[in-house]
Amino acid sequence: MESLQKILAEHPFTRGLDERHLALLTGCASNVRFEAGQRIFREGEEANQFYLVREGKMAIELFGVERGALTILTLGPGEVLGWSWLVPPYRWKFDAYALEPARAIALDGKCLREKAEKDHDLGYELLKRIAQVMEERLHATRLQLLNVYEVES
Amino acid sequence: MASAPVHPMVPEPWRVRRVRKETQETFTLELEPAGGHGELRFLAGQFNMVYLFGVGEVPISVSGDANDPHKLVHTIRAVGPVTRAMRKVKRGDTLGVRGPFGTPWPVTAASGKDVLIVAGGIGLAPLRPVIYEVLSKRHQFGDVAVVYGTRTPADILFSSEIERWQKRPDMQVHITVDRAAATKDTIKSDGQERPPHATIWSGNVGVVTALIARAKIDFRNAIAMVCGPEVMMRFTVQELEKRGLALDQIYISMERNMKCAVGFCGHCQFGPTFICKDGPVFPYSRIETLFSIREL
Repeated sequence: MESLQKILAEHPFTRGLDERHLALLTGCASNVRFEAGQRIFREGEEANQFYLVREGKMAIELFGVERGALTILTLGPGEVLGWSWLVPPYRWKFDAYALEPARAIALDGKCLREKAEKDHDLGYELLKRIAQVMEERLHATRLQLLNVYEVES
Repeated sequence: MASAPVHPMVPEPWRVRRVRKETQETFTLELEPAGGHGELRFLAGQFNMVYLFGVGEVPISVSGDANDPHKLVHTIRAVGPVTRAMRKVKRGDTLGVRGPFGTPWPVTAASGKDVLIVAGGIGLAPLRPVIYEVLSKRHQFGDVAVVYGTRTPADILFSSEIERWQKRPDMQVHITVDRAAATKDTIKSDGQERPPHATIWSGNVGVVTALIARAKIDFRNAIAMVCGPEVMMRFTVQELEKRGLALDQIYISMERNMKCAVGFCGHCQFGPTFICKDGPVFPYSRIETLFSIREL
C-alpha cells in the first residue's frame, strides 16, 4: 500500500514540497472514499477539511429555492476541493457531492492551521498553492460569466 | 460526371435532402446536387457561401464528411436574418451554394503526431470533418483528444455522434458545460445520501480550458485545432502554450463578416489578411500579433 506521504508527494497540489513540509502535512492527512451521490460537505457547516482528489468526480453545487441545485464546477483527479478551512469563519460556502465513486486525501484544516501558525514557511507555501487554485477558479468563473457561447445577432 | 466549374461568384443549386434540429438554435442541412453539376469536393475547415434565394447569402463551414462529396452538410446557428429564415427551409427546397473557399485544417501535417481538437459551442461544426478524416485514417495519427465546451447540456451539438466517439478506445472525448442543473430532487433531499440516478447532468461543469489538462497527449509532439468564440480561443492558446505546444502547432479558425469569399470586397479584412481567402484557418503564430489588436 502506498504511504500517505508518497501519495501527497505525487499529487499536483503538493508536488514539489520539501520532505519536512510533506511530513508535516502527512500528520494532518487521511485517506477517504466517497460513494456516488454521497454528500462531502454542506453549505454553512464548519469547514475543517479540504480534499486532494485522487480518483472519481466531485461537484461543487449552489442551492437556490427557486432553481434547485446548480452545479458550479466539477473536479477530477489532481484537483483540490475546498479552501474555506483557511479563511475565517471556516464555514463551507457551497455543497459538494461525489458524482461517481471517488477517492481523496483529506487534510485536516485545523491541524494545518496550527502547524502553519508555528511554521510560517509551511504556511506561506500552502497559501501560495491555494492562491494558485483560487486564481485559476476565479479566472474560470469570469469566463463562465462572460457567457461566451451566447448567441449574438 | 461533374460539369465544368462555374464562376466563383455564381451559386449552384443544391436541394435540401434533410433538415435536422441539433439544439434550440442550431440545425443541420443535408444538401444534394440539384442542377447539372455533380459533387463538391472540399477540405476540412473550408466554407461555402450558402444563398437563401430572395433573402441573402451567408458563409457557413462544411460540417460533413469530405469523403462524401455528393452530400453537402452544413450546421447553422440561427443568429441573424438569413440564418433565421434558413431554419424554415424544408426537404425539397433549393439553396444556392458557392464554394468551397478558404484554407483547411492541417490534417495532413498532423500525420504522425498527436491531435488535440478544442471546440466551443458551434465551433465543433467546422471541426467535425477533421474528426471524420482522422478517424478514417486513424492509424496515421498518435493519440487523439477532443475537448468540447458549451453553455448548457442542451447546447451540445451532435450528441449521439459524440456518444459513439466516447465509446471508441482510440479516442478521448472530454465534454464540459458552463452551467447545469444538479439534481431533480434536491429540495426533498436533506440526508447524507442521494441516488446517483437523480443527477440530471453528471458530466463536467467548468470552462473548456480547464479540461485541456485531462487530454492525454504529448503536447510537444501534437497539433491543436481550435474553433470557438475568440475569447475562448485566446485562453485556449494560453493554456496550450503553458503545456508546451509551440504556437506554430496551434491552428485556429477565424470568423469575420465574409461577403464575396474571394478577397474582392474587403469585408472580412483582418489586418493585412482577408479571412475568406487567407483563412479562415490560420496557424496561431501567423496571426498572434493581430489577435491582440482590439480594433481589428
